[in-house]
Amino acid sequence: MTATATPPRVVLVDDHGLFRSGVRAELGLRVTVVGEADDVAPAIEVIERVLPDVVLLDVHLPGGGGQAVIAAVKQEHPEVKFLALSASDAPEDVIAVIRAGARGYVTKTISTADLADAIQRIADGDAVFSHRLAGFVLDAFAAAPSPEDVKPSFDPELDQLTSREREVLRLIAQGYTYKEIARELYISVKTVESHVSSVLRKLQLSTRHQLTRWAAERRLT
Amino acid sequence: MQKPSEPAWPPFHVDDPGGHPDRHQWRGQGGAPGWRAHRAHRADRDLQDLPEFSGGTRRWRRHRGDGGPLRRDPEDRIAGGLAAGVAAWRGFSVTTVRIAFVVAALFTGGWFVPLYFAGWLLIPAKDADASIGTKARHDSQGVALAIGLASLLAVFLLLAGVLHDGVIGTYGWPQVVSVACLALIWRNAPESEQAAMQRLVEPLGGLGTGGGRMRRGTVLRLTAAVVLLLAGLGWLLSSHANLALLSPLGGVLLVFGGIVLALGPWWLRIARDLVLERQARARAEERADMAARIHDSVLQTLALIQRRADEPQQVVQLARAQERELRSWLFEGRAPGEADATSFADGVRQIQRDVEARHRVPVEVVTVGDCELDDDLNALLAAAREATVNAAKWSGASVISLYAEVEPKQVEVAVRDRGKGFDPDAVPDDRKGLAESIHGRMTRHGGSATVHSALGEGTKVTLTMPRTGSSAPSVKASGESRR
Repeated sequence: MTATATPPRVVLVDDHGLFRSGVRAELGLRVTVVGEADDVAPAIEVIERVLPDVVLLDVHLPGGGGQAVIAAVKQEHPEVKFLALSASDAPEDVIAVIRAGARGYVTKTISTADLADAIQRIADGDAVFSHRLAGFVLDAFAAAPSPEDVKPSFDPELDQLTSREREVLRLIAQGYTYKEIARELYISVKTVESHVSSVLRKLQLSTRHQLTRWAAERRLT
Repeated sequence: MQKPSEPAWPPFHVDDPGGHPDRHQWRGQGGAPGWRAHRAHRADRDLQDLPEFSGGTRRWRRHRGDGGPLRRDPEDRIAGGLAAGVAAWRGFSVTTVRIAFVVAALFTGGWFVPLYFAGWLLIPAKDADASIGTKARHDSQGVALAIGLASLLAVFLLLAGVLHDGVIGTYGWPQVVSVACLALIWRNAPESEQAAMQRLVEPLGGLGTGGGRMRRGTVLRLTAAVVLLLAGLGWLLSSHANLALLSPLGGVLLVFGGIVLALGPWWLRIARDLVLERQARARAEERADMAARIHDSVLQTLALIQRRADEPQQVVQLARAQERELRSWLFEGRAPGEADATSFADGVRQIQRDVEARHRVPVEVVTVGDCELDDDLNALLAAAREATVNAAKWSGASVISLYAEVEPKQVEVAVRDRGKGFDPDAVPDDRKGLAESIHGRMTRHGGSATVHSALGEGTKVTLTMPRTGSSAPSVKASGESRR
């Protein structure tokens, strides 16, 4: 959570003009909106032109879903970070964009202050989990691997959460902030952040059945 | 929303005089197959006899008759909709009636055919008050045409009779009446029925006028058909002199083959059109159903929100209630009002619904895993409900977090708020809420409850219940059981 001197430069990608202008008006001074787009192709064009710190990306876009944008931009510009945003929080939506490379996920009902916070945290290289996303992850990494997961490729490094990571996720799911989690578990905020980043990595790389199933439901593996 | 005892759905049920109270009848109708099977209720039509809607086995008798007078059903017709009308009247399946009609036509020496047309002429359609016949009475030109056509056919039949006295005569005579009826129907039927007749007749016209534009396949097919027909007819007519038993049968087969060749593709097309028509109707039904639900839920709520734009708390409540309903409908396939909890996670969401509706405090729910309910888990749910209601009533927090996790060995629920909190030691003994309904309930079922609270820092109630054999982990532990 190191505060950068300048506010993060942000590109908004959402097919609802009303939503974009609302976000731009509300985020005001906390971020600098450097570009906007309403669909996959224009989004890729804008992002590659202005190279923002963070892209605020709607999961549902008419021309092929948010993960298409991430996949295209990541090839040339892996340094651009994505925060996914959606009205629904169906697991398959969330998991699909996270596995495509987004570093966080929030729902559109998030308050302005929280959204600005989340953008800042993404810009600083952290991961942002909504409480529901934390619930999904706990579900997908259930303590006992499901029968489908018992396979040669099972990698305990990737396919299992440590008990500390589970504790952190449980508290996120209960609406705790990182600071509260740190106090509750007697660890530093930095440690909480590193646990969350590690969970994010597992989420993106693990081949646990539940994750691949969710991803497959959005036709992305 | 004003009576605390009113269920969460529909939120506008009580205090929306401008709404459409009659639309709420679908609340209780989401039976076992869920809303997908439930179709828009339309008083003016009874669609129970459409096979694709019955969803079950095809039985020859589907339901009791509708008790009304006999009416033709132009919505479900091949020709006049008479079969569909009889089917609805007496409660048979349409297909059964149609087969019976064809069999009757064959076995009555063709006399059933004019009977059918007479029925078409004299029995009013479902949504009309007069039959075609009443209109035709005043159509003197039509009557003249009918008589003319009928006598033309009669003369032809007489000639045929003089020459051969064969099968044509037997099956032909009744058609004199048919032709007369058809002429009258044609002239006097409403446009929609004329269109149906046209569809039936059109390919016959095409047979004659195709000319040079006809494809080679069609030409070949028609040639073969004509050859077969002529051969068959010749055989049949000659059989008058030749009394061998097998000859008529061969002739009939040839004629039949010729007819199939000539008209087969047309019949197929009619059948396909019928199927398409039904599918279109089914889609229209589904759209109507959808529209009714959206109207009942989303539009009503939006209207209420506009009316109460100056009461932000209420607006948020309405929006949240609506969001919950829409989610459970879209993602869980459950009609609003069908609220009985079937699993632990369902029960947790039920708490969310009730508390949000009654105490107007948003409850953020996260559930991990799921399992069947048993007595112990019901007690856990009751305790969790009490804790959530307490938080909503006393904490003053703007949001309550309700977290439930089903683990292999135990089930845990955490209810947390960031409200004003309290000093647990300072609670007087007569305030039994916490002690009895939470602690007592949990310990009686072998579980435990801990309460952490501090003034100004909010409260967290953690409830833990060990799992017994009956609530073994369920397979649908994730994704689909949750929104």
